[in-house]
Amino acid sequence: MAGAKNHDFHILPPSPWPLIGAFSALTMAAGGVGWMHEQAWGGWVFFLGFAFVLFTFYSWWSDVIREANTGDHTPVVQLHHRYGMILFIASEVMFFVAWFWAYFDAALYPDTGEAVGGVWPPHGIEVLDPFVYPLLNTLILLLSGTTVTWAHHALIHGDREGLKKGLWLTVILGFIFSCVQAYEYSHAAFGMAGNIYGATFYMATGFHGFHVIVGTIFLIVCLIRTYKGDFTPKQHFGFEAAAWYWHFVDVVWLFLFVAIYVWGSDFGAAVVAGH
Amino acid sequence: MAETTAAHYDAHGDHAHAHHDDHHTPGFFARWFLSTNHKDIGTLYLIFAIVAGIIGGAISGVMRLELAEPGMQYLPVWAGGNIDAAYHMWNAFITAHGLIMVFFMVMPAMIGGFGNWFVPIMIGAPDMAFPRMNNISFWLIIPAFLLLLASMFVEGPAGFNGAGTGWTVYPTLSTSGHPGPAVDLAIFSLHLAGASSILGAINFITTIFNMRAPGMTLHKMPLFVWSVLVTAWLLLLSLPVLAGAITMMLTDRNFGTTFFDPAGGGDPILYQHLFWFFGHPEVYIMILPGFGIVSQVVATFSRKPAFGYLGMAYAMVAIGFIGFIVWAHHMYTVGLDVNVKLYFTAATMIIAVPTGIKIFSWIATMWGGSISFETPMLWAIGFIIMFTLGGVTGVVLSNAGVDTIMHDTYYVVAHFHYVLSLGAVFALFAGFYYWFPKMSGRMYNEVLGKLHFWVFFIGVNVMFFPMHFLGQDGMPRRYPDYPDAFAYWNHIASLGYVIMAVGMVFFFVNVIISLIGGKKAADNPWGEGATTLEWTLSSPPPFHQFETLPEIK
Repeated sequence: MAGAKNHDFHILPPSPWPLIGAFSALTMAAGGVGWMHEQAWGGWVFFLGFAFVLFTFYSWWSDVIREANTGDHTPVVQLHHRYGMILFIASEVMFFVAWFWAYFDAALYPDTGEAVGGVWPPHGIEVLDPFVYPLLNTLILLLSGTTVTWAHHALIHGDREGLKKGLWLTVILGFIFSCVQAYEYSHAAFGMAGNIYGATFYMATGFHGFHVIVGTIFLIVCLIRTYKGDFTPKQHFGFEAAAWYWHFVDVVWLFLFVAIYVWGSDFGAAVVAGH
Repeated sequence: MAETTAAHYDAHGDHAHAHHDDHHTPGFFARWFLSTNHKDIGTLYLIFAIVAGIIGGAISGVMRLELAEPGMQYLPVWAGGNIDAAYHMWNAFITAHGLIMVFFMVMPAMIGGFGNWFVPIMIGAPDMAFPRMNNISFWLIIPAFLLLLASMFVEGPAGFNGAGTGWTVYPTLSTSGHPGPAVDLAIFSLHLAGASSILGAINFITTIFNMRAPGMTLHKMPLFVWSVLVTAWLLLLSLPVLAGAITMMLTDRNFGTTFFDPAGGGDPILYQHLFWFFGHPEVYIMILPGFGIVSQVVATFSRKPAFGYLGMAYAMVAIGFIGFIVWAHHMYTVGLDVNVKLYFTAATMIIAVPTGIKIFSWIATMWGGSISFETPMLWAIGFIIMFTLGGVTGVVLSNAGVDTIMHDTYYVVAHFHYVLSLGAVFALFAGFYYWFPKMSGRMYNEVLGKLHFWVFFIGVNVMFFPMHFLGQDGMPRRYPDYPDAFAYWNHIASLGYVIMAVGMVFFFVNVIISLIGGKKAADNPWGEGATTLEWTLSSPPPFHQFETLPEIK
């Protein structure tokens, strides 16, 4: 057992994070159920589990970054990471398929009962004007797609200052997007409960918003790593994964904007009706 | 794409021994709880699947006990004399039986167990692409299982414990019908099991695409590897839709949304569409790795390569693809438009074509072969016969006109147990006996193995074949009681359970005595028919195999 490994694959030592992560998820789930059923301990247990989940993410990916910096990420291992990220995004796409399915099920065949009235958007729901904040947010996200590409090209050409500027702008734009969403949610005339419009609207855009926040955090991690001197023009998959994720979030938004905000608005209904 | 600087790459050599990817077997705790080794994780999966299978199988024993005679014999006693509590207990049992067998027995054993053990070896790889992520796929299964078990002991419907929703968890029974936390626990259980499987799927696809040894082209991969590849794609693309569906259910239950509530403009049928968009690929997820195992076993014991290799591989791809566009054949009685039913009938029947390719190719593999009937081969042949029977009743049910009569009868129960209990489970036993010498380093007892097969084979057929008659006579599924007219075949079916259980005694005895005192296994105990790479390694293989990658000619 000389340990003479004659290949470029990454053979890992034992790691505590999978075990800790799984039982943190159990704690979070159990706490969540308690919380939803108004148990006094529920919220505390949920957040305890959540804290450990975050701790697991942090520790696990710290290990990954350390391994990258010590040269474990050979070309073929980097290829693994690319496949892994693409496949993860593919599964995320299918997750959003479920929410779009629910939306189109409701919008294409509006329920004729009292809550919807056979029309979409449902009668009695004062929907958002797509061409104010949603359009603004569309432009913000599209712009952030360009700034992250700017950062990428700067990185490839060894321009560290450009990388920092591009990343800072992307993070700020992502933050503004989330703020605008929060503002619009808090001023919307309809809630999540009681009507299928609110259910599909808030869950689809809400999960997107959650992904924006995750993507923003991912970009912030890349920004911190940039300041610490990580990433070379040739090897910077952590950055690329964040950029891919960001573009994915961007594309999901475009579908949400077209399907829910525009086509599902009073304006969209009028166009469809031929007025 | 995957470039790195030359300097950086050289640095790897300098640091390779500085950190801990050394090749010593870790201590007990690190080895079994913090593992990054595909074979150890595969072993953990197999042990877990056996434990879950015992629990799920014991629950079905209780069900067959209650069904052995008309009337309510046992459940009311356990439910403290309350007949409504007894009825609910029944519902909780069928729910737990279904979910345990699907998510915690068949899937962990097929993909987590045999997939982890043999996919890397069969493609000549030293481990999985993401060895650490591999371990969280396993460990997430444990909390998922604990959440599901916990759900049986907390309130579901007002006043009763457990989720009595069936494994499909349809609203509105699972929403307004179960106000207690049991269904929420079951939902989170599925969330965690789903996350585990999605991460596993990413791992398998990446491993199979990127870690094949030099010369191991896609068209040279063993059929078991093909089967796991297709399965992983199905997992990756179908499970997130289930996650979405059960998340909608969670918010409907707890946060006032009305996805599935007509009072708020929602639609309970939407849940069924989302569920079966996952659920139909799921049944292929359970059977495709079995196809792969049977292909390896039949070729080995016929001492011939699999007949029609490419057809076999692409038949699985076709089954996987068509599996995504037939989901509404589970919903023929919900009021679908007749043209929709027409489409789903036609599409479903199409699946019989690639499935037929597989059946005939297995037979053609045996044709003219030098066949020997070791235990794995018995299970594989049993699989081919019984799976074909279950497949044929599947074609019957695929017809929307016929299914309108058969839907939710015991005919359906008979059908899916023939493809699962006599299909997937037979394939699992074929794989278990086939690879037991490789995994443990010891031979199993051939006499006990054959006794296990024959007694189990008779038992499950006596148990499930009469269900066809019960279904055709109109006995509905999911009831603990029935009219006297159904008594005869129910009694026979329950006797079948006893025979099956006796067969399982041979299995457990065999495993225990073989692990303790089994004959040492040679590298290749099966002779010239066993041509895949695992038979070139020692039994059991070294902690890390293929430190120098094999060349495939």
